[in-house]
Amino acid sequence: MQLTNRKVVVSHKELSFAERMYLPAVAKGMAITLSHLFKKSPTIDYPKKTRPMSATYRGRHVLKRDENGAERCVACGMCAVACPAEAITIVAAERKKGEEHLYREEKYASSFEINMLRCIFCGLCEDACPKEAIFLTDRLVDAEFEREDFIYGKEKLVEKIDKRIDITKRQTQAVLDFKKIPGLRHNTLFDPKKQVKH
Amino acid sequence: MIALLIYKGIMCVAVFGISLGVAAYSTLWERKFAAFLQDRKGPNRAGWGGILQPLADGGKMFFKEEIIPNVSNRALFILGPSMFMVTALMTGAVIPWGKPLMINGVTYDLQITDINIGAIYILGVASVGVYGIMIGGWASNNKYSLLGAVRASSQMISYEIAMGISLIALIISAGGSLSVKDILESQDQGVANIVWQPLGFIIFFVCALAETNRAPFDMAECETELVGGFHTEYSAMKLGLFLFAEYINMFISSAIMAGFYFGGYNFPFANELYSALGLEQGSWLISLIGFGAYFTKIVLFICLFMWVRWTLPRFRYDQLMNLGWKGLLPLSLLNLAITIVIEYFRGNIQF
Amino acid sequence: MLGLTITQWLFGILSLMAIMFALMVVFTRNPVNSVLYLVLTFFCIAGHYLLLNAQFLAVVHIVVYAGAIMVLFLFIIMLMNLNPDTEPRKHIMTRLIAGVIGGVLLFVFVGALKGAEQLQLTQSGASQIGLIKNLGHVLFTEYLFPFEITSVLLLAALVGAIMIGKKDTNINVSRNS
Repeated sequence: MQLTNRKVVVSHKELSFAERMYLPAVAKGMAITLSHLFKKSPTIDYPKKTRPMSATYRGRHVLKRDENGAERCVACGMCAVACPAEAITIVAAERKKGEEHLYREEKYASSFEINMLRCIFCGLCEDACPKEAIFLTDRLVDAEFEREDFIYGKEKLVEKIDKRIDITKRQTQAVLDFKKIPGLRHNTLFDPKKQVKH
Repeated sequence: MIALLIYKGIMCVAVFGISLGVAAYSTLWERKFAAFLQDRKGPNRAGWGGILQPLADGGKMFFKEEIIPNVSNRALFILGPSMFMVTALMTGAVIPWGKPLMINGVTYDLQITDINIGAIYILGVASVGVYGIMIGGWASNNKYSLLGAVRASSQMISYEIAMGISLIALIISAGGSLSVKDILESQDQGVANIVWQPLGFIIFFVCALAETNRAPFDMAECETELVGGFHTEYSAMKLGLFLFAEYINMFISSAIMAGFYFGGYNFPFANELYSALGLEQGSWLISLIGFGAYFTKIVLFICLFMWVRWTLPRFRYDQLMNLGWKGLLPLSLLNLAITIVIEYFRGNIQF
Repeated sequence: MLGLTITQWLFGILSLMAIMFALMVVFTRNPVNSVLYLVLTFFCIAGHYLLLNAQFLAVVHIVVYAGAIMVLFLFIIMLMNLNPDTEPRKHIMTRLIAGVIGGVLLFVFVGALKGAEQLQLTQSGASQIGLIKNLGHVLFTEYLFPFEITSVLLLAALVGAIMIGKKDTNINVSRNS
C-alpha cells in the first residue's frame, strides 16, 4: 500500500568518488539550514503575547448568580448525570428562612465540587443545566502542586458578586433558540418523532 | 624597559580580555544562531534580547556546588581544566590583531610577540592542549570520562598531522616565513592566500573543526554515547572552564584561519582606501579599520563553525579516523605537491 | 644579582627544574604522574633550547615529544590501568641489576662529558644556527645524508609497527567504510 510518494529505497551500494568527498552533500545540508535562517519563527512570546482563543473556548467552569446576586443552582443533579467523566459531585440542601437573597429557589447546593483532573471540558453540563447556572468560560485551570487542589469547590466555582464572569459569548441567539426546541427540552426524554422542525 | 613592559602588559590584558569576551558572547550567539537555524527564538529573558545571558550563565557556574569525586586524583582533577584553559588562551599571543600603531614616533605592533616560528608555536600549543582533556578525563576515574579523553586525544593527534602539512603548503605559498606577522603581511596587496590554497583551506578548516572538538567531530563529549565524555564528573566552574575553553579555541582557530587564508587585517583595496582617506602609515585609524576587518572575518568564521555544528550529524568514530588518515592526510600531501609545483612556476622557490 | 646575567639565572633555574622533574619521574609511584613529570622535564629542556636561540628546536621538541609521543605513552598507561597496588613486588636481584646497569650508564656519561671541556661553547643568544632558516640550510646541504638515514630509520620503525599491529590476513574484514 502506498500512502505517500515520498518513499526512498535504502541502498547499500558503494559510494561514488564524488559522494565520498562528502562536500556536495555537506553543501546541500548547509544550504537547507541556511534557508531556515530567513524563515519566520513560529514561536510566540507567551507571557507578553497570547494566541487568540476561540469565542466558544471551553475552559474552567463558573456557577452563575442571578441579577440579585442569588445562586441559580438548584442542585437538581442534571449536570452530574450528564457528565461523561463523572467529575461533578453535588450535595443538596434546603433553603432556610432569611436566606432568600443567597439562593434563588428553595433547594440549593450546599456543596458543589468539580474534579478538574477528571473533567474533559465537553460542555455537556452546560447543555444539561435547566437553570442556566453552570457555564464553561475562557479561563484556564491553574497548575497546582497537589491533586486535592484540583477539586474545585463552591468557593472557586461560584462567581463573586462584585466580579461577575461574562458568559454572553456562550449565550448567542442560536444557542438560546436551540435550547427552546421541545425535543431537546431538558426534562423530557429525547424522542425524534416529537421533535418540531426548527 | 618599563615602557616595553607596560606595552606588553596592556597587549596581554587586551588579548586576554578580547578572548574571554568573544568566548562569552559566542556561547550566547551559539544558542541564538542554533535557534535561528531551527526557527526558534533562543534565550531572550536576561536583558534585552538575552544580552546578559553569558553573565547569568557565568554566575550560575560560579555559585553551583563543586563536586570532586572521592575516588578521583584530586590534584590532576583540578589541573585538567586549568591546563585546557591556559593552552586555549596561549595561542592568542602570536596573532597580530592589526597594523602597527605609531605613538610619539614609536611603533607598537598590535601583537604580544612576533616569534619567527609562530605557525609552529600554534601547532605546538594546540598539541599540548590535549593534556588538559586527557588528565581531566583520566583523573575523574570514570569510564565514560576515560573513553572521551582517549577519543579526544587520538582524534586531535590524528588531525594535527594533516593540519600541519596543509600549514606547510600555506607557508610555502605565503613566502616561506613561519612568522604569523609575515604570513599576514604577504597578503598586504589584497590577494588572500585562499586564492593559492583553496584545497589547503578546506583541509585546514576540517582539521580545525576536529582540533577544537566541535561538531561533527565532537567525539570527545558525545552526549548521546558518553554522557558528556571527558567532563562527565565535572561540575560548577571547572566544567565552565572546559566549556569556555572550547569557545576560546574556536575564536583562536577562527582568527588563525581568517589571518592565514583570508588576509587578517588586510582586505582588497585597503591601501587605496587608506590613501584616499589621507591616512599616514601608523595612524590609529588604520589600525582600527584593520582590526575591524579582521574581527568581522573572525565573527564570520565563528558563525561558520556554528552553522556546521547545527547542520551536520556526528561522525562515527571509525569514519572519523578514516577521514583523518585515509582522506585528509593523502589529500594534504597532494596539496603540498601541487603547491610546490605551482610555487616553482610562480618563482617563489628555486631548486 | 650575584654577578649573573638574566640568561644565566634562567639557565640555572631551568636546569634545577629539569633535574628535579627528572628525579620526580623516577621517584613517583603513580605512572601517570611519572609521565606528566617527564612532560614537564621536556618543557624545561625546550626552555634551554630557547636560551640557545633555537626556537624551532624548542617548539618542535614540544610538538613531537610533549605533544605526540608522551600523549601516546599516557594513553597506554591510562588504558593499562596501572596502580601502585597491582605492581608486582620486584626481586632484590632485579633491583641490584638495575642499579649496576644505571651506574654503568652514569659512568659512560661522565666519561663522555669529561672530554667536553675542550668544546667551544658558543655564547647563548649570539648563535644563529638554531633559527629555522639556518637549520634548514645546514640540514639539507651539509647533513643531508644523516638526515635521510634518520628518515629511513623512522620509516622502518613505522613499517614494523604496522606489521605488528596488522590483523591476521585470514580474517579479512572488507566492509570497513
